[in-house]
Parts: sequence; structure tokens; C-alpha cells
Amino acid sequence: MTTTTWEDLVTSALLGTDRRPLPLPAGADAAGPGGGGVVDAPVALLDAAAVQTVRRRAGLLPAPAAPLPRPAPRDERPPLPEAAARRLVQLLADRPSASGGGRRGAAPDLTELLPQWLAAAQAYGYRVPASALPALLDAARARTDLRPQALALGGPRALWLATFNPEWKFALRGASGGAALPAPDDAEGVRRLWEEGLFAERVALLAAVRAHDPAVALDLLASTWATERAEDRLMFLDSLRTGLSADDEEFLERALPDRSRNVRSTAAELLSALPGSAFAARMAARAASCVGLDHTGRQVTITVEAPHECDAEMQRDGVVPQPPSGRGQRSWWLGQLVEAAPLGLWRERLGGRAPGEIVALPVADDWREELHAAWCRAAVRQRDAAWSRALLGPASAPPASGPGASSSAALLSTLPHEERAEWVAAFIAAHGLSEAFQLLGVCAVPWSGALGRAVVDALDIAREAGSYPWSFSGVMGLAERCLDPREANRLEVLTAASDEGEDTAPGAGGYWAEAFQRLVATLRLRAAMHAELSPPET
Amino acid sequence: MAGPTVGGMTEQGVRWTAEQVLALAPDAASRKAGGRLGVAGPWSGTGCSDAGAVWGLCKGSGSTPYRTVVDVTGPAYTCSCPSRKFPCKHALGLLLLWAADAAAVPAGASAPDWAEQWLESRGARAEARKRKDDAGPADPEAARRRAAARSARVTAGAEELEQRLADLVRGGLAAAEQAGYGLWEETARRMVDAQAPGLAGRVRELGALPGSGPGWPVRLLEESALTHLLDRAWLGVDRLPEPLAATVRTRVGLPSSAEGPAVRDRWLVLAQYDTSDGKLTTRRTWLHGRDTGRTALLLSFGVAGRAPEPTLAVGVVVDAELLRHPGAGQLRAELGERFAAPVPGDAPPPGGTVGDALTAYGLALRDDPWLDSWPVTLRDVVPVPAAEGWQLADADGGAALPVTGSAPARPGLWRLAAVSGGAPVTVFGECGHRGFTPLAAWSPDAPGTVPLT
Repeated sequence: MTTTTWEDLVTSALLGTDRRPLPLPAGADAAGPGGGGVVDAPVALLDAAAVQTVRRRAGLLPAPAAPLPRPAPRDERPPLPEAAARRLVQLLADRPSASGGGRRGAAPDLTELLPQWLAAAQAYGYRVPASALPALLDAARARTDLRPQALALGGPRALWLATFNPEWKFALRGASGGAALPAPDDAEGVRRLWEEGLFAERVALLAAVRAHDPAVALDLLASTWATERAEDRLMFLDSLRTGLSADDEEFLERALPDRSRNVRSTAAELLSALPGSAFAARMAARAASCVGLDHTGRQVTITVEAPHECDAEMQRDGVVPQPPSGRGQRSWWLGQLVEAAPLGLWRERLGGRAPGEIVALPVADDWREELHAAWCRAAVRQRDAAWSRALLGPASAPPASGPGASSSAALLSTLPHEERAEWVAAFIAAHGLSEAFQLLGVCAVPWSGALGRAVVDALDIAREAGSYPWSFSGVMGLAERCLDPREANRLEVLTAASDEGEDTAPGAGGYWAEAFQRLVATLRLRAAMHAELSPPET
Repeated sequence: MAGPTVGGMTEQGVRWTAEQVLALAPDAASRKAGGRLGVAGPWSGTGCSDAGAVWGLCKGSGSTPYRTVVDVTGPAYTCSCPSRKFPCKHALGLLLLWAADAAAVPAGASAPDWAEQWLESRGARAEARKRKDDAGPADPEAARRRAAARSARVTAGAEELEQRLADLVRGGLAAAEQAGYGLWEETARRMVDAQAPGLAGRVRELGALPGSGPGWPVRLLEESALTHLLDRAWLGVDRLPEPLAATVRTRVGLPSSAEGPAVRDRWLVLAQYDTSDGKLTTRRTWLHGRDTGRTALLLSFGVAGRAPEPTLAVGVVVDAELLRHPGAGQLRAELGERFAAPVPGDAPPPGGTVGDALTAYGLALRDDPWLDSWPVTLRDVVPVPAAEGWQLADADGGAALPVTGSAPARPGLWRLAAVSGGAPVTVFGECGHRGFTPLAAWSPDAPGTVPLT
């Protein structure tokens, strides 16, 4: 055997045999495949390297193993039914197309159905197949709106997996659950996790303890409050929104003079949702001094005297002194005061009138819009259905006289679901679909029968009027996701291409048929999705 | 063909999974388009037969619906749409619907005339092909002369390449780094002219090595030496024992044909993946015989826009005959006659430890020293994140194999980690001097084969 080492071969090859001849042992020449003659130095080197290469490969040894990862926590949820698991793979394989808008064809848009599928699967409490988790995390990475549900459904193994891939870091930031929390009454365990846990674990812990015993949770939060970072303080404070009660007032009051402006304004916002709080009383006094009644004219009128300054006390209560550009200082201050004052104040202040009567009163000096907008924000913040109803007005009233689409949607969200659906159905029947998009967004899915019929009728009217379906693509998309799947059969008649009238836009009939085909196909698909998810009967 | 079925084949009614269907798609756009058509909406007149035929009418933008027929035993497709993709989105959509919804594609119906015509002509073509195959080559003397002429050209190419390699080592690999890729590309073209595509492929790989990061001189020397070994082996191929000679001919790039004998078995489809050089797509399909315990590789090629055939869904078991290509250490085979539609498979092949896998690769090098990797199954291994990338470690935490960073493994690696969850799993893959490329996994927690490609 040759005594030439692999390193000798590499060095010689790197520099070239002309410059660095291979230290071949004597007699090696004769063994070359040239047969008798002297073997070229390069050929001898390649011969030897070939032998060494095959020897090195044949003699490969395993590497020492790195420390094994800690196993993923067990997930005791039942597995998805097989058909549903297949559906998930299909939904995850369909990525949103780069070309948004335009003509969308007759086939359903699968990505739009993913949120619904995730919510339904989560409601049943299923565990998704482990092999689908990477695609699920990728989907959640691309779409923040999917994250809460995707992570809840992914469960402990998704979080475990996310610790290994920097692209899935988001899962560790925002996730709750997953990591095993100590029992809420395990004081020792709670204290340790609170002091040593990751941020996401601590948020989850706080929520769990708060659900169990709110006082303990506040003590826990207060114990480290001063040393938390500003963005963490904001998140912790925000988590108090759930189960907010008068017991939280004291803590919130103490948070009012916080160093961070966002923390201050969140504390003020939460306090204003507690009509019995001292904060609310202070705001009520301020607001009441600005708004009053004038009985001098023929008709009773609301008068407004906006504040002249934003003093230190007001600022301490979260009033922001500097208005956004384009707005007057005094009206900006007024809006904040009225918004944060308890709505119960106004009955007493404005002559014992009910909300409906108050809203109907004329307002002096062009303050009506400003005042009503502030009441809208207050009604939403305080979840006051009576005031919301009054501010919304009758659904048949022209939209221009109302509070505007986005305020209306927010007001609707304080009403019971049946009432929302009724109001929106009446609105669409009166005014069509052009301003209905945001309103439909706050209605419960699937839509009630009356609401669904109103939308379909309005679409049919739009078709007969000869417009193109993509003018309604927003509502059409909502209808695909929100109509009751049982409507599919009734809609079938609309999928036929209709004759085109004279004033119809060219080709519109075909496009409408296509749009309705997609609607029906999507409804059928949703029905199939839900059927696949329902547990097998035993 | 689409007639009565062999008695007792009750498994023929088994439908595929969505993944199995989507694996047929020639590209991502087709996957997506097919996925959208995999719902009842646009379809009418659908049905499937016990013999593995699926058909339906798909409403498109025109007034006449497209007629789509699939023979899942092939699988083979036909559709009246103008798409050049193969299979087209309609065929994919139809199969997805068939896979997902037994009610939407009812079984046991008889095919309409338009579908029946195609299915019959398909049967007739298969018969004709079989007869032609049996007849043998037309003129053996002319074929021999052509083979001799090609041998001479390959020999000239091999000698030229030897010269080139000697120059390389004489002048030093360091100089090769400065010379750049052009010289290699020129040499590769000369090898194509010499009708030695195997040598041409090696030369292109050599050309890419100087830019391949730290340690490139070692890799370049290794591959140059093995190319030199192949050249020498070809130049002395007449003196080699026949199995090794066949391997050398295959490595150089001469066509080989499956000679058999036919081995009938129930073949579990372990993995299937495609690699593409832009013009040509190469599809590799690994099979494991349930009874014989043999592992075999199907290689097929498709030009752009067409998925190579055959398409076998990962995880199914096919009762079929395989014909082997000749050569020592060669696993390539051709799929022969199939006796039944695929059925879902269950257990993985028996496997060994990480050490066993390297031993198997080492032994395989005795038969074919040019092997880059060898198919192995690892039992009870845990995917482990290490500083240099992932490893697969024996469950006792002792020995480990590094996972290669090559393309087919990358997205699959996360799936492998997810399926394992830190617990031992069984993994099939290719084990070689670059590490281990995982291709399929089985977990005790979940039934079935999880494809990692």
C-alpha cells in the first residue's frame, strides 16, 4: 500500500504536480495502468485519489448526535376526520393569486374559505395532522388575520415546531395556550412563571389567573408593573379589557399617570367604559359643563360651549392636548370629553329625555356633527344599545343623514345579532348594496334568512339594471363566505346566462352567470366542508 | 381494457387522497387551478367505473363543456380543452372531486360513449405496443454497427477527457478556479458530441465545484478522480466482468434497457420527486417490494410543461411486475404489467440504525464506486437541530447523520420535524457521502406514509 496520505494528494493536486510532485513510494510507477511504461505524475495522482475517495466514502462513520430536542407536549385532541384533513391540505395549497381583482372565474376562491374552515375545526376541538403544520404556519405567517385561529388549531406541536424556524417566530410572540400553564391556584407555579416566563406565556398566564380570580391577577400585575417595558405594559393593560369590572378601577387609576402616552390613553379608555368610576364622574362633570339646553327659542336647542383650555388635570385623565392637523383645538378637546363621559349623564342633563329624543334635538352653531360623532364613539365604547339604536336611526333613512358607514357598522356591533341582521336587511332593501359592505361585515355568519334574501335580491336588481358584477365584487365575496349554504338551491336559477337587454353593459349577462356560479359553487363547498368536519355519529 | 375486472379485486374502489392527486400536477399553477375545479359546481355527468376510469363534463367559459376522462390505473388523461399542460386542470379537478366526494362522482356507472371510445382506444394501443415489444429490433446487424460506431466516439471522448483531467492536475486545481466555467462548458459540449451524456454531466458538475464554497479543492479532487476512474474503466471495459461493465456503460451514458427477469411484487411507493434542468424534468420514484424486500428506482423524463410518467402516488401499493436494468449496484427498473389499481399502503420497509445506513452505502460502493447515495430506511430516528443544520439521530442519542441541504429535502424537512415532534420516527431516504436526504416518513402516531418531497 502507498503511504501517501489524502492530505498529500490534495496539496499536490491544488498546487499542480509540476510544482509539487507527489511523494510516491518507490516502485509505484510500475503498477500504473499504462502497462510497463512510466506513469504520468498526474495520472498517478488521479489513480491514488480515486482509491482514496472510494475508501473514504466506504468508511464513513456516523457523526456524534447533537442533544435531542425536548419532545413536543402531547396533544390529546381527537384527530381530524380524514376527509376534513384532505380538505385542509387543499385549502392550504391554494395560495392567493398575485393578480388581485378583475374577473374571478366561476370556481370558488379557496383562500377566502380558510378562516372559516379554521374557525369551524377549532370549534369542534380537533387536532390537525402533524404533517400539515408547516403549511399551516406558513399560511399564518403570510396572513396575520389567520394567526390566532391557526395557532390555536395547531396547538402545542405547532408552537414546538415554531421554535426551530425563525420564519415562524410570530407564533411564539402572540400565541396563548400551548405551553403548559400552572393551575391558577398554584400560587408558587404562577409566581415563578410570571417572573421567568416568556412574554406570550405571561399574557396567557395573566388571562388564566384573571378568569379564575381577578383580584389575584391584579396583584400579580401590580407586583412587577413598574419594571415592565412600555409595550408590555400596554399589552397587559389591553388584556384587562376581557372581564373589565369596577374592581379594576383602582389599578387603572394608578396607570393614568404612566410614562407612556399609549398606556395612559388605554387606561383612560378602559376607565371610561366603567360608568360608575371616579374617572367617569370627572369626565361627566367636564362634559356637562360644555353641553346644555337653550329654552329661549321656539324650539328647545342643544348649545355647546367647547372647552377653552386643556389643563393638566384633563391631560392626566388621558385627554390629548394636540389635535391632528386640520382640526380645531377646542372641538378636538370637546370630542374627547363627550366620548369619555358616561352616556347616562345626558338624560339628567338634557331634561329627562330618552336617547332618541336627545338625538332628535337641534344643535346650535353647527356643533351637531361633532357632538353626534362623539356620542357614537361613546355608545360603541360603553356598549350602549339604546344610544346606538337612537344614533343609527331608522334603516330606511337616507345614508347621507346618518352617522356614515363605518360609524354605523360600529354602532351595529353593540346590538344583538338578530337586530343587526334586521336593520341591515332593511337598509339594503331601501338603498341597495353600494354602502352596505361594512354593515354586512358585522352581521353574524351565516346570514339570517331575511338578510340573505335582501342581499341576493339586491344583486339580482343590480344585474337587471345592467351593471357589471365586479362593481359588487366586495359584496359578492362576502356573500360567498357568509350566505347560508342552504340558499344554494334557491340561487341555482340565477346561474343561467340571461338575455341581454338593450341598456345592459355588453357581456354583463355572461359575467353575472359566472359570478352566480361561483357563489353557488362556494356555498356547496362550504356545506361540504362543514359536513366533513362534523364528528362521525357513533 | 375498461371491461370486466379481475375477480376479487375489491380494493379497486379505493379513492386517492388530495395529496396524491395534486402530486400529478405538472406545475404549481396547475395545482392551484386544479384545486379550484375540485368542487361539485362546474361538473356534471360525472362517474367512475370499477376498472379505474373517471369521467365528467366541466363547464368552462365556452358554451360546450369540456369532456374529461382519466384512467387512474395509468394514470392517463384526455380532455377536450385546448391546454398544453398534462394533465390539465380539468383532469386534476375531476380527480380531486373524485377523491374528496364519493357522492359527487358516483361509482359503478357505465361510461358515456365519448369516454368509452377513448378508454377502448387506449386498451387497443397498449395491446399493439405489447406486440411490437415482443417482435424485437428490426435489423440486428445494423443495430450492432451503430453501437460499435457510438462506442468508438465515446472512447475518443473519454481519451480527450483524460487529457483534460491530467492537465488540470498538472497545472493545479488552484489555477482551475481562475480559469472559470467556460473551459468546462466547452469540454462538456465535446462530451455531448462524443455521445457520452454521462461524462458530459460529470464535467458540468466539475465546472460548478470551484465556486461551491469552503472545501472545494477536496470535492474537485474527489470528483475528478472518480471521473478519471470512469474514463479508465470505459477504456478497459472489455476486460471487466459483465455486471460491472454494464454499470460503466450506464455511467458513461449509453442507453440501457430493462432486461428482466420480471419480478412481480406488491410495490410500496416510497417517494417520488422531480428535478429539472430547465428543459428536461427527471422524475425519480422509489419502490419497495413488500414480499421480495427489494428496493427499485423508476426513472422517467418529461419535456417542459409535461409531467413525466408514470405518476404513482406516494404511499400506495401497486401489484405489478418490474423489469430491472442490468449492471452491478444498479437499482433502476421499468414498470411492467400492473395487475390491479393501487391500494393504500401501510407499514414502512424494515429499517436499521444510522450506522447500518452508512454500512449499506459502503457495501454498495463495492458494486458501483460512482454511487453518490444509496436508498435506506432508518428506524427510530429523531430529527435534531444542530449547529450545522439538521441531523437524524438514533433514538438513544448516540450516532447521527447530517441531513443534506439539497432541494427536494428542504420543505420536507419541516414536515419531518412536525411529524416527529421530537419522538422517534421511521424515515426513508438517500444516504451518501453528502449526508442523508429524507424522502418519506412514518410516525407511530399517524397512519400512512408522509411524503417529504
